[in-house]
Amino acid sequence: MPGAIYAEGLVKTFGDVRALDGVDLDVPEGTVLGLLGPNGAGKTTAVRCLTTLLTPDSGKATVAGIDVLKHPNEVRRSIGLSGQFAAVDEYLTGRENLQMVGQLYQMKAKEAKERAGELLDRFNLADAADRPSKTYSGGMRRRLDLAAALVVSPPVMFMDEPTTGLDPRNRQGLWEVIQELVAGGTTLLLTTQYLEEADHLAHDICVVDHGRVIARGTSDQLKARTGGERVEVVVHDRGHIATASEVLRGFGKGEVAVAEHTRKMTVPVTGGAKLLAEVIRELDARGIEIDDIGLRRPTLDDVFISLTGHAAELPDAGADAEAEAGADAGPHADAGPHAGPGSGADTGSQRKKEADK
Amino acid sequence: MSTSTATDAAVKAGPRPAGGIRQSVRDSLVVAKRNLIRMVRIPEVVLFGLIQPVMFVILFTYVFGGSIQVGGSLSSQDYRNFLMAGIFAQTVTFATAGAGAGIADDMHKGLIDRFRSLPMARGAVLTGRTIADLAQTALTLVVLAGVALLLGWRTHENFGKILAGFGLLLLLGYAFSWIGALIGLSVRTPEAATSGGLIWLFPLTFISNAFVDSNKLPTFFRHIAEWNPFSTTVQACRELFGNLPPGFKTPDAWPMQHPVLASVLWSVLILLVFRTLAVRKYRSAAA
Repeated sequence: MPGAIYAEGLVKTFGDVRALDGVDLDVPEGTVLGLLGPNGAGKTTAVRCLTTLLTPDSGKATVAGIDVLKHPNEVRRSIGLSGQFAAVDEYLTGRENLQMVGQLYQMKAKEAKERAGELLDRFNLADAADRPSKTYSGGMRRRLDLAAALVVSPPVMFMDEPTTGLDPRNRQGLWEVIQELVAGGTTLLLTTQYLEEADHLAHDICVVDHGRVIARGTSDQLKARTGGERVEVVVHDRGHIATASEVLRGFGKGEVAVAEHTRKMTVPVTGGAKLLAEVIRELDARGIEIDDIGLRRPTLDDVFISLTGHAAELPDAGADAEAEAGADAGPHADAGPHAGPGSGADTGSQRKKEADK
Repeated sequence: MSTSTATDAAVKAGPRPAGGIRQSVRDSLVVAKRNLIRMVRIPEVVLFGLIQPVMFVILFTYVFGGSIQVGGSLSSQDYRNFLMAGIFAQTVTFATAGAGAGIADDMHKGLIDRFRSLPMARGAVLTGRTIADLAQTALTLVVLAGVALLLGWRTHENFGKILAGFGLLLLLGYAFSWIGALIGLSVRTPEAATSGGLIWLFPLTFISNAFVDSNKLPTFFRHIAEWNPFSTTVQACRELFGNLPPGFKTPDAWPMQHPVLASVLWSVLILLVFRTLAVRKYRSAAA
């Protein structure tokens, strides 16, 4: 029996950009799937197809057992969507926003009003309930947006980068809300470019790049794929990258991944702390100054690098990361498994945005 | 943040399936209410919408008034009466830009995505917006008519006919707000919607009988002016208000000879065409 969210061979093209290039998903009821990938990977397009905002070119999908293409309006009754932007009317108060959404979910006015009151309490917005949402902080607006997505307690929720742009405290708060929701039995599809977030919230993770799912599994399974521990080195001087890589290759059990712009190199190793000491001695002997070195358990970032040959974006780069996304992949992309369409230039978000129009 | 499980379960039982015209009307009114609340909270928008036509009345009556001949008259009182229908009609069509900018702004902020993910009637987001704009237009017309009366505008027909004239103006304005909706859905930014919603209105309202006697235009422009849907409503209002100047010769073009009927036909045609296009565009709109 297919899961609460099920997709098979979803394809969506914008002009000659294949934003989705045959995506299969299966999310069992009551679980969280994390769709992880850089900007422009196709995460948002996938969410838009599953939430009836876009019609895929081919493929099929069901949400809560309902065919998305054949019965979009029935699907809309069963889903809540919280997007990348807090989609609330800034001139309406928190209460008015939630009442409006409730009524548009076809609740009676009185019912919608009661529900709005409950949600405002639950999301700690009661004090600000009757102020225009324009006056809310970023975190409050996100909470209001999430509350709006939960007005009918939909069995299936979609959250597109719910914590992008939030400070750590607000992110933590939102994570708690999400966990509470899932504990209550909601099925959730969550997109994120924060590896930590997927690790923290999702039962299963799909890594997407260039419109394809390039890996799937639990966080542990994905980490296992990249092998055991690894040594990570950040050199002080960009000019030392080549020499340091050579040293690491000598000690490592696999490819050395190099992130040119952060001067960071990572290599899988066996041998633990003893080996680390040897690496330090050797680097020192060659006169390479290091800013940071450590023995790391694999992170999802490592998973990403080993799968795609390029790093996922740095989350803290915020909006600028979008513009840089294209430039990033260039130098150290050693033709990963995605030698498909559009591998020449990275699918930057700018391109996708244009295509979305 | 405590979970209110009991009510959650109750709500999970689900919203009743609703459909048809009742749902459309209800959803449209919910959205209209939202837009009306916005108007109250951002009164500047309504205020600027009022200042502009008042300024036009003053500029045209006092600056051009004495030098524009309408019909056989050069009297500034006759011109003032002649002008008002034109200003009223221009005012209702300029409201188009507001609808466009508002909808483009909703797209930009992700609100249209939210609405499109809700099980609501298809055209309701746009209908709600255009209804709210209609209310704003009506308010503007009332204030403008008051100012015009103060400045010396006089009607010479019965009250019913005058109301009918304002009805035609509102119908024209409502039809045009759907053009604005389509523009708003088609552009990338609210700024583009504002300018895109305005530029084409200048030739439309100036190549018309709104400010001058169309009989005096060069032949080419005269034909455009006489078939212009905008002129048709202006002509209809002049007849209904009793504001045709002495010695005015009604042009032979069919819409000028039957302005009330032609005005209704034009407005309904524009409404049907642009409503269809806008609703279709809405359904496929991408933020």
